[in-house]
Amino acid sequence: MDIHSFLIQLLNGLQYGLLLFLVASGLTLIFGIMGIINLAHGSFYMIGAYMAFSLSALTGSLLTAIVVGIVLSVALGVVLEWALFSHLYKRDHLEQVLLTYGLILVFEELRSLIVGNDVHGVAVPAIFNWSIPLTATLSYPVYRLFMSAVCIVLAVLLYLLISKTRIGMMIRAGASNREMVASLGLNINLVYRLVFALGVALAAFAGMLAAPVSSVYPGMGTSVLIICFVVVVIGGIGSVWGALVASLLIGLADTFGKVLLPEAAGVTVYLLMAAILLWRPEGLFRRV
Amino acid sequence: MTEPILVTQGLCRRFGGLMAVNDVAIGLDTGMLHAVLGPNGAGKTTLINLLSGELPASSGSIRYKGEDITRLPPDRRSRIGIGRSFQKTNIFPAFTAFENCRLAAQSRIPRALHVVSDATAFPPVREAAQHALVATGLATRGDRVASTLSHGEQRQLEIAMVLATAPEVLLLDEPLAGMGAEEVARMVELLKKITRDHALLLVEHDMDAVFAVADRITVMVNGQVLESGTPDEIRASPAVRQAYLGGAI
Amino acid sequence: MMQTWSRPVKTRIVLVAVLALLAFFPFAGATFYTELVTKVMILAIFALSLDLLVGYTGLVSFGHAAYYGIGAYVLGLLTPKYEAANLWLTLPAAIALAGLAAFAVGIFVVRVKGIYFIMVTLAFAQMFYFLFHDTRLGRGSDGISMNFKPVATIGGVTPFDLGNATHVYFFVFAVLVLVFLFLRTLLRSPFGRALQGIRSNEHRMRSLGFPVYRYKLASFTIAGALAGLAGYLSALQFGFVNPELLSWHQSGNVLLMLILGGQGSLYGAAVGAFAFVALEEVYSSITTHWQLLLGATIIALVIFLPGGLASVAGRFKRELIG
Repeated sequence: MDIHSFLIQLLNGLQYGLLLFLVASGLTLIFGIMGIINLAHGSFYMIGAYMAFSLSALTGSLLTAIVVGIVLSVALGVVLEWALFSHLYKRDHLEQVLLTYGLILVFEELRSLIVGNDVHGVAVPAIFNWSIPLTATLSYPVYRLFMSAVCIVLAVLLYLLISKTRIGMMIRAGASNREMVASLGLNINLVYRLVFALGVALAAFAGMLAAPVSSVYPGMGTSVLIICFVVVVIGGIGSVWGALVASLLIGLADTFGKVLLPEAAGVTVYLLMAAILLWRPEGLFRRV
Repeated sequence: MTEPILVTQGLCRRFGGLMAVNDVAIGLDTGMLHAVLGPNGAGKTTLINLLSGELPASSGSIRYKGEDITRLPPDRRSRIGIGRSFQKTNIFPAFTAFENCRLAAQSRIPRALHVVSDATAFPPVREAAQHALVATGLATRGDRVASTLSHGEQRQLEIAMVLATAPEVLLLDEPLAGMGAEEVARMVELLKKITRDHALLLVEHDMDAVFAVADRITVMVNGQVLESGTPDEIRASPAVRQAYLGGAI
Repeated sequence: MMQTWSRPVKTRIVLVAVLALLAFFPFAGATFYTELVTKVMILAIFALSLDLLVGYTGLVSFGHAAYYGIGAYVLGLLTPKYEAANLWLTLPAAIALAGLAAFAVGIFVVRVKGIYFIMVTLAFAQMFYFLFHDTRLGRGSDGISMNFKPVATIGGVTPFDLGNATHVYFFVFAVLVLVFLFLRTLLRSPFGRALQGIRSNEHRMRSLGFPVYRYKLASFTIAGALAGLAGYLSALQFGFVNPELLSWHQSGNVLLMLILGGQGSLYGAAVGAFAFVALEEVYSSITTHWQLLLGATIIALVIFLPGGLASVAGRFKRELIG
């Protein structure tokens, strides 16, 4: 592999890793704050991508589609939390796993009914549809750089929200002691509803953002979900730093793996996981 | 004078910036009951957790029968003879009282034939369980599901389970908590009886009970040992009075 | 005064009735139903293997299909192209290899608990899935077709013909009964009691001196080996293996069987397998989008009926306590 291809794959790997981090933060947020394991998180990613496809076809602009899509995802998150997830806070893990597994089935079939099972492409918005020259012979798609930039900005915003604002403080307090927060008069239900909606919106937004690059296809939800699990397993449960490091590692491993070992492409990430677990059984940065 | 069966030196446990247990030296001898007193937050339960292995020590050492066990995990410590009861009742709620003790006693049988024979067919295990129930006054409650026992009976079961593991050292964390007067009296008699051939460490708040059974008392405040001595010495100590007993005995 | 029958007696009567029904079933119905009930019995073995782990040891694994699939692939890979494999060689191989895989994964995963355990078991199952799906080891995503069913020849004698649906039915029936008896014996033994103690209060078990890690690893391994047995039988029945046997849908479905039947009751696992297949058959006859109905059913079950069907029947409660 020459230096040019290496650079391109490196950028691709980082971009994929950052996108994974965006999705994984939603998952970790919901798990960390409410203690719920949500298998359907990948479905939100898929829903986002399909929304990007249908709404941009409708409105002619991906960016408009994204804005509308975010609003719709927040609404979806609120409804889902109210109708289903609020029942899960006191339930055991098996029940959470099963309910959210059922939810995946429902979402997949609804998508099949509403939009069908075809693979779709989404056009890159015109403003980003060019390549920036990196060296004399090499240029790199601006949209991908835009994606990475957006992921980084969102990650920073999330960090600021959680650690520096009053709402963030409530969220962190709610994570450790629901009853105490409730007795302080803070509306814990509202906090949980908002956090859940935020998690959904993050996943859906990631799907919308990724749509022009990864296409829109039926299995995308489940693949991203499982990779997110690997992110959490490698990074350590409860650790956002771990999720970031793990996402980047996985992004790079997967990208280079596909190029260097195409036959074992799917397995590369898991071999990485096994190797890390050998060294650190509970992930890189286990907190708690 | 022989070395205590369980002895610590410079034992410390740090949580972030807080020294929950600070430079504690304590020794347990067979045939003696050593009580640990102190206000809430003094580090008594942390001390028990360090001795039982549930919490790793930040520094210092623990020796059992002359061997250094500071790094040993809790299940190993139990197997070599250090038993521990919990302040918050920690039983198997869905099992009968007898099964709670039987399972505890089962931890002592060697590995052979473990997967084929019926669990209730091991006489030594059954007998150990039955003895433990009788000793703690639960002989007639054996076939009751543990969660249906009264609070006092559950505390008794808590002790029975440790007894069923035939330990040499017992670390008891507030065994009398929530018991009525009659139950306390019965437990005090039991403790006196057990002390004859075991080494006991007792963390308790019930002052009368402590002075009735203890051979030695250590008073802890803020994670450190304030004073250690016989019950009379402790009763007479001005430092102890000031820090803890509030002047009136 | 008329004495009503005690619960153990009632259970025994129901059990005998069901066994009798199963024993005479193939003679009553068409081959389609014989094969369907065979499929149910194989899934019941699969569900029983997971019940040991989830219902009795308290370890919720979302990757159990990996060992099921490995058992199936052992038969697929060991079957020569132009002749039949031998049952008595390949079946133990499947159990051993599935058990070995479970042991290897167990070493990693049994160290952790709760949600993390769920995630990491799923991740390892996906690793095996991709191993069979992508690499040449598993002959790719199309799977392996076996041209010949295994033969049950031993010492020159072939006691039954695995190409015959009725023979297969009774063979699977015998295996199911054996697995059930094995698990019941195991769970009544000191080892089994210790597993249940771990599920009830792992912290106290450790404090009482039990090496909890070893018990969990043993349970995980045995569960994996039994899942491999079920997978082998599935490959035997269908003559075909593909990577979807290891998919997480499969792992999800077997967990669903436990909640349908009520976890922590051996009978419940079998009931759950039956209920799952029944649901699948009924729903798929209604619409091609039957997974939507299944998903909605699962959601409704969790919200309204957390104890599973067993809590409705109230009949098959855990009887191994104390």
